[in-house]
Amino acid sequence: MPRVSLCLEKMASKPSNKEVIEVEGTVSEALPNAMFKVELQNGHSVLAHISGKMRMNFIRVVPGDKVLVELSPYDLKRGRITRRVRY
Amino acid sequence: MITLKTPAQIAKMREAGRVVAAMLEACRAVARPGVTTAELDRVAAEVLRKAGATSSFLGYSVPPYPATICTSVNHEIVHGIPSPKRKLREGDIVGIDAGAIVDGWHADAAITLPIGRVSPEAERLLRITAEALRVGIARAQVGARIGDIGTAVEEFVRSQGFSVVQNYVGHGIGRAMHEDPQVPNYRPTRGQPNPPISEGLCIAIEPMVNIGGPETRTLADRWTVVTADQSLSAHFEHTLACTAGGPVVLTARGEGAAVAA
Repeated sequence: MPRVSLCLEKMASKPSNKEVIEVEGTVSEALPNAMFKVELQNGHSVLAHISGKMRMNFIRVVPGDKVLVELSPYDLKRGRITRRVRY
Repeated sequence: MITLKTPAQIAKMREAGRVVAAMLEACRAVARPGVTTAELDRVAAEVLRKAGATSSFLGYSVPPYPATICTSVNHEIVHGIPSPKRKLREGDIVGIDAGAIVDGWHADAAITLPIGRVSPEAERLLRITAEALRVGIARAQVGARIGDIGTAVEEFVRSQGFSVVQNYVGHGIGRAMHEDPQVPNYRPTRGQPNPPISEGLCIAIEPMVNIGGPETRTLADRWTVVTADQSLSAHFEHTLACTAGGPVVLTARGEGAAVAA
């Protein structure tokens, strides 16, 4: 079974690419360097950073916020926060 | 990280390789018009079960691969998912890709089979792709570099007027199905890693050759990869160990059943 070549793996981090898993979770802890610990709905906890788009628009994320997290299929323990979910 | 294997570890991989060869042979024996790709999957799974081995593919990656083998019909390049609805028809070509785990060691191989009588063009594609694999294996010499393999494969395939898929590549193999290094089927571009081939390196070389262009598209099932221009595509693969005495194919099928279908 062939492996996805390196250049394609890099593209996988673009939101337009479908090679990501999107899940909802709750921010449980704010860490330095705009990193957050996010508790996912399935009980897992992942380390997530804020997407560049959210940074540019100064969307603040604080512990307790519900967020949408993109997970890379290559490392399920890390993710990117792409959206703060309103409720 | 590239890991080199000891002769004892290579011997274990050869056992896995034998199982893979048996899976492919079993599929070849039953593949004919009217058979579904799900039946091929069942036949291969049965060989695995009898050998006490498990599939390298089942549950692999995200979304988890749902079958024992990959069956890629006509313009499907690789990663086709076997289905009870997909009946093989006279004139089809079907790529069968199988991987087995024995004692934690992997082996991975693929063939593309003609179903009944196929067009002269399809037949030529199968012949060229199988030959491309042989060309690649011949370059897997200790002291050469990984890029020498792809360079030779690409040159040969181009000289025959076909194109080589670049979005998917061969790979190191051992404790995991996909290990470093990547083994592209084309000349590495500047800045791409091009590690030397050392004794004990185990890799899967797998040229994917299209009649049309090299562009690929992935279907909504997020596995099946097809040619963007819908042209026919073939895929042959072997797992091999690089030794001081030259490359040793670990997934070789019985004599006479050479890679060419």
